[in-house]
Amino acid sequence: MKEIIAIIRPSKLDEVKQALEDIKCHGITVTEVKGRGRQLGITESYRGSDYRIDLLPKTRLEIIVQDAEVKEVVDNIVKTAQTGDIGDGKIFISSVEDVVRIRTGERGEKAV
Amino acid sequence: MVATAVLNSGDTAWMLTATALVMLMTVPGVALYYGGLVKRENVLNTLFMSIIAFAITSVIWVIYAYQFAFGTDVNGLIGNGANILFFGITSNTLAPLAPTIPVTIYSAFELVFAAITVALISGAVVGRLKFKAWLAFVPLWITIVYVPISHWVWGGGWLAKLGALDFAGGTVVHLDCGIAALVLCIYLGARKDTKLLPHHLGYSVIGAALLWFGWFGFNAGSALTAGGLASSAFLVTNTATAAAMISWMLIDIIKTGKPTVLGAITGAVCGLVAITPASGYVSVEGALILGFITSFFSYYAMTWLKPRFGYDDSLDVFAVHGVSGLWGALATGLFAAPFINPAGVGLFYGNPMQMVWQLIDIGTVIAWSGGWTLVIAFVIDKTIGLRVTDDEELEGLDTTLHEESGYRI
Repeated sequence: MKEIIAIIRPSKLDEVKQALEDIKCHGITVTEVKGRGRQLGITESYRGSDYRIDLLPKTRLEIIVQDAEVKEVVDNIVKTAQTGDIGDGKIFISSVEDVVRIRTGERGEKAV
Repeated sequence: MVATAVLNSGDTAWMLTATALVMLMTVPGVALYYGGLVKRENVLNTLFMSIIAFAITSVIWVIYAYQFAFGTDVNGLIGNGANILFFGITSNTLAPLAPTIPVTIYSAFELVFAAITVALISGAVVGRLKFKAWLAFVPLWITIVYVPISHWVWGGGWLAKLGALDFAGGTVVHLDCGIAALVLCIYLGARKDTKLLPHHLGYSVIGAALLWFGWFGFNAGSALTAGGLASSAFLVTNTATAAAMISWMLIDIIKTGKPTVLGAITGAVCGLVAITPASGYVSVEGALILGFITSFFSYYAMTWLKPRFGYDDSLDVFAVHGVSGLWGALATGLFAAPFINPAGVGLFYGNPMQMVWQLIDIGTVIAWSGGWTLVIAFVIDKTIGLRVTDDEELEGLDTTLHEESGYRI
């Protein structure tokens, strides 16, 4: 089992949700987060003075999938969340030791 | 001037309306305009400074301030305080300076002007002034700075006798509060973090819109009658404001490539300020020119003068009100057209001396407001203290001074 954490543009959330639903990937957890990348944010102009906005609003998705599904899910997120401009975000993939469904107590891949 | 004073119900109806319109400029116009520009942890403190300034001014105005500002002139310097607490004034007494309306509504009209003038100063010092210091500053400043100046220009005092023209307050209101704001923010020192972003520009758009709307009462009401002069003032006020909004937007586009909403509303306020002293004297052509130009002066005061001298006028009260007010006062001396109002003949209509009277008015207001504001700031600093602690400033004044916060999320 793998955990996929995707940091994407908030404006892309609806498209990504739909793309995941289309490939029958249903369970996601979404949080609104702030962050920055290599460019250290963006610059905004107020009354002729420039202000650096060094933390930008982003949307963070957590998705737990079976190993075989990782590629399809990641490809779909990249395809839908990509604009090609700076600030599209990142995806992190890591292994998950165990999963428990609280309602039934089931464990492992059955619980995903 | 009316030979025999007779109440005119049309004039009275308009002045009741105009007074309520000007009230809207402070509560909630200025409050929202400033409230949106500060950080979220200071929004309530910023709103509060404007609304409490209105309440304090309202009380001292009826007790004594109105009488000393607009009572019978004594040697051109101050009003005679004989009618303190409106002693001897009945509901039918007509205003000596506006003989077709009751003195009660005339005094209320002057009250709302005094209130917005002092409320505007708060923009320069938001986020770091003690609230208790503000509660002391408001009555002291109205009494010592505003009352004499408004008497000299509008109450039949020496500047009026000299011939200085200020229809609705380019010097009395805007240059006055702009200079006081500059002095107070220099005395107080910069914020710990001068790169704070506006937390809710939507508030500021609503606030600026209410200012624009209320300003029709401010300028057209300053005719003190309902007729041609008020109507002319109404039209030129709108014209200059629109021209200034467009010129600020053009500056934005030229400088950064993109028009900004904050720039547009700032330009509009600059236009409102600049047309204020001129509104009862200039033609539509004059209003277009003076409105279009004023944004350039205020823009450079904000982006060049402020960084060069390093003062932290947080919400640019000096750049907007001081600089556009000064330009408006000068422009009145240039553009005043006798066919609009026979009381004002400017340089372009053959009266160069008008510029001299305007400069004397400007110099007097700068010196009086700047000097006394410094004294008031010094006295409050040595007694109550002016500035909050660094911790309070960083955490925000809503929770530290008022124990409440503007947002639950």
